[in-house]
Amino acid sequence: MPIPSREEMYSALEERHGTELQKKLDSASVAVCGLGGLGSNIAIALARAGVGYLHIIDFDRVDISNLNRQQYFPEQLGEPKSEAMKDTLERLAPYCHIKADNIKLSEDNIPALLSDADIIVEAFDKADQKAMLVNCVLENMPDKYLVSGSGMAGIAPSNIITTKRITKRFYLCGDGVSDVDDGMGLVSSRVLICAGHQAHAVIRIIAGEFDI
Amino acid sequence: MVKINGELLEKDGKTVTEMLADMEISGQRVAVEINEEIVPKAKYDETILKDGDRVEVVRFVGGG
Repeated sequence: MPIPSREEMYSALEERHGTELQKKLDSASVAVCGLGGLGSNIAIALARAGVGYLHIIDFDRVDISNLNRQQYFPEQLGEPKSEAMKDTLERLAPYCHIKADNIKLSEDNIPALLSDADIIVEAFDKADQKAMLVNCVLENMPDKYLVSGSGMAGIAPSNIITTKRITKRFYLCGDGVSDVDDGMGLVSSRVLICAGHQAHAVIRIIAGEFDI
Repeated sequence: MVKINGELLEKDGKTVTEMLADMEISGQRVAVEINEEIVPKAKYDETILKDGDRVEVVRFVGGG
């Protein structure tokens, strides 16, 4: 079956989200940094909601160990995650403008690379890299909104995962304590909860609803 | 008194580096805000906590 036209896709979204919100989503730009369990799910949620521009970034390749929670297919093993995710996003949201970068973010390239997005999502897996990105954005890019995730490993209860507004433009999702380095693995359902918190924080920021 | 993550503590006069050491937190895995402003990493040694400051210490843990 041929895919629907841009207008058909847009009006289906408008019907669900309302004209005003869909207009805001359509003109929003979001960078998703890291495309693992958090980032792949966040990118999909945002693309499905009709966010107009997504900049997706990862330097890694799809590995068999990712398949328990990350939105890749077995036939994509070995592909750069940025490319594999772009293919998936283009299938489910064919009119979303997607920029995919297969690159490792660092303090040197973050300000230039992420300048195209109004909202930056931190979705890394290593704690020191999360801190690096958050500090770099907060220090150098004060106009951006930043949504970070920390603490979603293991099978602790869902309800201790929260969204906190740390400062005016910095939101933090997760339980803050469940560390993958403590030996607890990452479980799809709980990573999805944190990813859902992050994606929803982004949607609310786009909507102009800043409270938590 | 300084309010750190919502808790009033006697950390007035200490630097951010000293506060993190007291809390046994690695400076590599945190972001620190004082009164809603990020403290640049390079200024942890010279930034001194003052009476009435509201400090947020965000600790990052692994997994994603």
